[in-house]
Amino acid sequence: MDKIVVENLSLKYADGTESLRNVSIAIRENAITVMFGPAGGGKSSLLRCMNRLNDLAEIHTQQGRILLDGENILDPQTDVINLRRKVGMVFARPVVLPLSIRGNLIYGLEVMGEKRKSKLDEAVERSLKQAALWDEVKERLDEPAIALSGGQQQRLCLARSLALEPQVILLDEPTSGLDPISTGKVEASLQELKKNYTIVLVPHSVQQAARTADFAAFFLQGELVEFGEGKTIFTTPKEKRTEDYVRGRFG
Amino acid sequence: MKLSLNRNLVQRLGFGLIGLMTFMTILPIIGVMLYILVQGAPAISWEFLTGFPSDGMRQGGILPAIVGTFYLTVGTAVFSVPLGVAAAIYLSEYAAENMLTRLIRLAIINLAGIPSVVYGLFGLGLFVLFLKFGTSILAASLTLSIMTLPVIISTAEEALRAVPQSFRTVSISLGATRWQTIRRIILREALPGIITGVILGLERAAGETAPILFTGAAFFLPRLPGSPFDATMALPYHLFVISTQIPEMPFKIEYGTALVLIVFVLGMNIVATVVRSRARAKRQW
Repeated sequence: MDKIVVENLSLKYADGTESLRNVSIAIRENAITVMFGPAGGGKSSLLRCMNRLNDLAEIHTQQGRILLDGENILDPQTDVINLRRKVGMVFARPVVLPLSIRGNLIYGLEVMGEKRKSKLDEAVERSLKQAALWDEVKERLDEPAIALSGGQQQRLCLARSLALEPQVILLDEPTSGLDPISTGKVEASLQELKKNYTIVLVPHSVQQAARTADFAAFFLQGELVEFGEGKTIFTTPKEKRTEDYVRGRFG
Repeated sequence: MKLSLNRNLVQRLGFGLIGLMTFMTILPIIGVMLYILVQGAPAISWEFLTGFPSDGMRQGGILPAIVGTFYLTVGTAVFSVPLGVAAAIYLSEYAAENMLTRLIRLAIINLAGIPSVVYGLFGLGLFVLFLKFGTSILAASLTLSIMTLPVIISTAEEALRAVPQSFRTVSISLGATRWQTIRRIILREALPGIITGVILGLERAAGETAPILFTGAAFFLPRLPGSPFDATMALPYHLFVISTQIPEMPFKIEYGTALVLIVFVLGMNIVATVVRSRARAKRQW
């Protein structure tokens, strides 16, 4: 089933950059959809539209619709707070809030008004286990999160999104700053997580895209060039431009 | 070989000269401090700090002036801190960059450049006469608040802006509202910087004479002020009075008063420095 349907989305920023040109794409539920391509292709912008984080940017014009379970989230009437609870986000650089490990994990729940300690404790343990971090930090949940290593911080950020029990997780090059071992741990978590969540990933390399994708979308200069099943896109793409990029001829 | 020797020599000479000039800038400060300390220390005693002036202020203590300056500082804080911090939050977190905010910033900068005696006259006109607060702690505190606001606003705004943008993005992405983000993350992280700015602003207020001259300062009061509508003695004004208005004033009382004022202001400065360096050590970004 399609979880998110993007229809004819165009986006132009106030500084004149045209970020997305008439993009339509359907994101399948309980699968990893990878959006890849060279920098400036519009992948991150599309990702940020999906939980309305793009509201923070200065936008010139935006057209089209993004349907989450059939409802247009770009509608001005949308409850964005509720939307961001359903659609979580992990950024390229791990940004831990200046709080304890536990403080980071329960932040989203607390701002929603959740006060019950049992609920919060449960969310901490569950989300850390899902992000494969529980064993490493269970003894020191009250220490500052900044004391964790880069790889641990990024998994903490993933866990922090998961603590809110979202339906969709957006990941914007989540492993770009990580060593191969940490990257492997994050990718393994994602494979586990897709059973219960819809995952949209902007990978940091074509290799990662090929490793993780159930579905793959190739973006070039704001345009969706090709979209299909991962194994098709990375072995027998229809478009010449996709093939050139996947084979490493440019980008 | 000879050339490189010359270059080294020039470099040493240059550094030496710059170092000397740096030292010369702090020389007057050290001089003033030492002079006041040496001249004023003999006057300091328990009676001097806790007694009332007597014999036409030529003897006795300066308690009413110390208490008065304390009241004025607290009164100034009551008005200027909430107002200044709120303005800083608005400018840093909410206001769009447009004509209006540029105008507001320009006004704040200009406010900082107004001579303090002008604030005094303004306070006399607005608070003492028009609002009928009379010559009082209230009127003087309000006048000092207006003078202090630019310092508090600009330092607090700077402290808020120094908090990384990524904290805001992450907090919003986790479903927090802007206000929750400010209250839970941004303010907490900016607090040491804000406190430093507040103390530096109040410190200036504590040492000013001109703004309180027409708005709240009393020449002499036989008792401590009992309400915000009473006038009060204050250290800087008292110092002005005893050094210019009273004949045959003992030197050491003048310098003793100056010493107390300097310790008061310097004490606030040290608190600000400690707060800042402690927060820097603890900061997680």
